[in-house]
Amino acid sequence: MIATLAFYLFSAILIASAAMVVTSRNPVHAVLFLILSFFNAAALFLLAGAEFLAMTLVIVYVGAVAVLFLFVVMMLDVNFVQLREGFQRYLPVGATIGVVLLGELVLVTGGWRIAPGSDALRFAPMDATVENTRQIGQMLYTDYILLFQVSGLILLVAMIGAIVLTLRDRRTSRHQNVAAQIARTAADTLVLVDVVRGAGVPADHYLRPKVAEAKPVAPATSHGDHH
Amino acid sequence: MVDILVDFLLHNMLGQLILTVIKALAILVPLLVMVAYLTYAERKVLGAIQLRRGPNVVGPFGLFQPFADAIKMLMKETIIPSGSSKALFLLAPMLTFALAMVAWAVIPLNDGWAVADINVGVLYLFAISSLGVYGIIIAGWASNSKYPFLGAMRSAAQMVSYEVSMGFVMVTVLVCVGSLNLNDIVTAQTNLWFCVPLFPMFVLFFISTLAETNRSPFDLPEGESEIVAGFFLEYSSLSFGLFFLGEYANMILMSSMTTILFLGGWLAPFGIPTPFWFGPIWFILKVCAILFAFIWIRGTFPRYLYDQLMRMGWKVFLPFSLFYLVLVAGVLMAFGWLPHSA
Repeated sequence: MIATLAFYLFSAILIASAAMVVTSRNPVHAVLFLILSFFNAAALFLLAGAEFLAMTLVIVYVGAVAVLFLFVVMMLDVNFVQLREGFQRYLPVGATIGVVLLGELVLVTGGWRIAPGSDALRFAPMDATVENTRQIGQMLYTDYILLFQVSGLILLVAMIGAIVLTLRDRRTSRHQNVAAQIARTAADTLVLVDVVRGAGVPADHYLRPKVAEAKPVAPATSHGDHH
Repeated sequence: MVDILVDFLLHNMLGQLILTVIKALAILVPLLVMVAYLTYAERKVLGAIQLRRGPNVVGPFGLFQPFADAIKMLMKETIIPSGSSKALFLLAPMLTFALAMVAWAVIPLNDGWAVADINVGVLYLFAISSLGVYGIIIAGWASNSKYPFLGAMRSAAQMVSYEVSMGFVMVTVLVCVGSLNLNDIVTAQTNLWFCVPLFPMFVLFFISTLAETNRSPFDLPEGESEIVAGFFLEYSSLSFGLFFLGEYANMILMSSMTTILFLGGWLAPFGIPTPFWFGPIWFILKVCAILFAFIWIRGTFPRYLYDQLMRMGWKVFLPFSLFYLVLVAGVLMAFGWLPHSA
């Protein structure tokens, strides 16, 4: 009884928050509603007895992916009023595309015939004595290891692609030389001055940074700097 | 009479609910007292490090100082900035505090002494600790002010980065245990605590927990000398208090995680024979030792630069933890020490 009630509660919140993701005017609120819907999906997984999937959903989507969404959305300052400006003008075109897509979906799913024996496969795959974490591990890493490795490779290629696309030119960007920074000691940069007691400290006798050796400066940047 | 009570608590739905609430209170009330005295201990230890006395006026040895602070905080006026997003502004401290509390449901203080002894305990802890960033991010954004926003941005990047290597450290421990259950993790250390064979991972995990709890030397999200107080700059009174409680409860939580994963939880060191009820005391002693290290580090090290922090997370911790995970898995495989290697 409680499980059924909980199911309806979580599903209702899930659908409501998913609707809010699309309709809310503030993009940050939209992402927060997205997170709420992730949570409710995780709760539904828990109700179905798939605790590993529930935790993974929270860790991966809520803990990492949604944080990056939120990060980007907060930084970008998207103005939704501006985005909605041409709404009425583009409405007919958008509606037409939507109707065409809907029609295609109906055609595809209407003609979908389910194989006769598949129900039996779907409803009794679990050995209740083995916890589902172990079962998922067995499936992924033993039974379907090749497919798993291939998907890993695809992700690797995508990652390298993203890095290649965003890697900036190293000559124009400034970089730190970590080894040089770490190798630097106090003796390289500071002059220790003995102070005679009671005589005061002359203005040029503080513990002070050494004067850096004059480096050859490119003419374009030193223009107008005559000190 | 007693029979009726036991029957009611164990076999009635309402009774079970009441029993769960009692169990939760049995964890949370001592936890909050511990948080209060952690703030006191921090000020005393920092005082000792800096050759000061620390709080010594309120009560004997200043022992009532935390309660005086709590009352002061409650009496102050709650200020909500007019430009802020009010609902989220108030949600953020509650979220931080609530997350710091719910994680305690799975922490076993003794063999089988957890409110919820679930099979995916480690994943649950990892999930909850990875949510901690939301309290900070929402606080920074809802304040609608530049320093909190900078603090939130820093915190988001920092916590996401260090979570990755923390995850790999946990996986290394799990490979040695063969279970995600926290109880099993501790009992697997009966002969040898994991901090010995996995010592580098222990150090890595400890440093990552410093970064994850935004403690010095990684306290960039609040960095008072650069961005005033960071993400909780606009908060006052109880809403600030909830952040404060949440941060310290998180410190204790992370110390407990370190204790469970590496220091053998409730097990006695060197197999000293102790009665069963003494387990929680060993647990708390270990947690206190780690908390002392937290405070010690705060009193000793200067704050990291932001780029250094990021470089260490991604270019040192992540490759090293990956390498060590592969090494441990390889060694276990080669010597046939893998658990459940049927």
